[in-house]
Amino acid sequence: MRPFDYVEPETLDEALALLAEDPDDTLAMAGGTALVILMKQDLIRPGRVLGLRRLAQLRAIGATDEGLVLGAMATHGGLARSQAVRAHAAALASTFAAVATVRIREQATLGGNLAHADPAQDPPVTLLALDGVAVARSRFGERRIPLDALFVDVFETSLEPGELLLRVELPPLPAGARTTYQKFLPATRDDYATVSVAAVIARDASGVCTHARIALGGAATVPLRAREAERSLTGRRLDDAAIHEAAVLAAAATEPIDDLRGSADYKRAMAGVWTERALREVA
Amino acid sequence: MSEHRIRFTLNGAPVDITVPAERLLVDLLREDLGKTGTKDGCSVGVCGLCTVQVDGLPMSACLLLATQLDGAAIRTIEGLASPLQEAFIDEGGFQCGICTSGQLVAADALLRTKPKATDAEISDWQMGNLCRCTGYYGIARAIVKARDAR
Repeated sequence: MRPFDYVEPETLDEALALLAEDPDDTLAMAGGTALVILMKQDLIRPGRVLGLRRLAQLRAIGATDEGLVLGAMATHGGLARSQAVRAHAAALASTFAAVATVRIREQATLGGNLAHADPAQDPPVTLLALDGVAVARSRFGERRIPLDALFVDVFETSLEPGELLLRVELPPLPAGARTTYQKFLPATRDDYATVSVAAVIARDASGVCTHARIALGGAATVPLRAREAERSLTGRRLDDAAIHEAAVLAAAATEPIDDLRGSADYKRAMAGVWTERALREVA
Repeated sequence: MSEHRIRFTLNGAPVDITVPAERLLVDLLREDLGKTGTKDGCSVGVCGLCTVQVDGLPMSACLLLATQLDGAAIRTIEGLASPLQEAFIDEGGFQCGICTSGQLVAADALLRTKPKATDAEISDWQMGNLCRCTGYYGIARAIVKARDAR
């Protein structure tokens, strides 16, 4: 690994000031699982690494009147075990539990995961379906970024130099909403998904769909909302025809890339299959 | 470029050492502290050979900067004294041995945090510790045996 300078601020203000000194040559490090590999492989060469591990206030996870707040420094393991996360949506807890292996889950954080912006990752998919909003701060103030505006491209986010992710906020779910996360793993269980699907569905007393969210992972250069598929379900009974139509629309929304986890055509077809399975789970 | 004084405990004994910012925990253990029981395998956090316990939780020493360990309690294979080790011998829980330290350190972390782990939880937990000799049945039997002996 190339040599670099390491700083470990004790407060958020100190962290933002250090980041502002040379924002283009400083990289923030949360758990470090992604950053250390990229530095080892010489794919990134920061002059300075800003270690965030002492910012304990960024680890908090808690329910408020406005919904659920997840601190950027909360680990995947901590989120998977959190009663507040489970109470909001059990599928969110199981999404964090589905990431990689126990070693990665105990080291890697929510904020690191989002800032890394790997389109095959699990948490962004379920968080998108749950209408997550990222909150970032720089020396110039705080900014709320809906998650579908955070992801720009592979490993690229809309975070500005000098900004740090503080937390993700999830609004309360409609009463009776059901959430699922389905991860298609044709090779090994610790692999990245070939495609993955999160779905949130709420219905009224007569069985008509009042709220539909469908998000896909591994299906494009960014985690994706399948908005047309969502619209096709809203106001309808969730019978076989409605579910199949939504799955076809979700597959059509994908723009997968060929890689070792499948060809683009295969991933698009599997996005349809797994959207259908996800919707049957929650319909 | 920067150097950092870090203090932590290694298998219960205090360590006070100055390291360059880019020093990895696996190299600190093996090269600076002579604890070569922790192996370096894939170097990207996948194989599990370098599994250590950080405050009781299993992590990959190849993915941790030494500076991240300031104030932590580290346990390596050299600090393990667990019925798991006898169980691995009894059940033939290893063949070539390269994955054994990581398997034991990971399984020890599981049985400490979840003494009544189910067989499925054991399999899920050990999933990231690869055995290229494919001696998984012996490893699984050994962990189940150690769990049941508690």
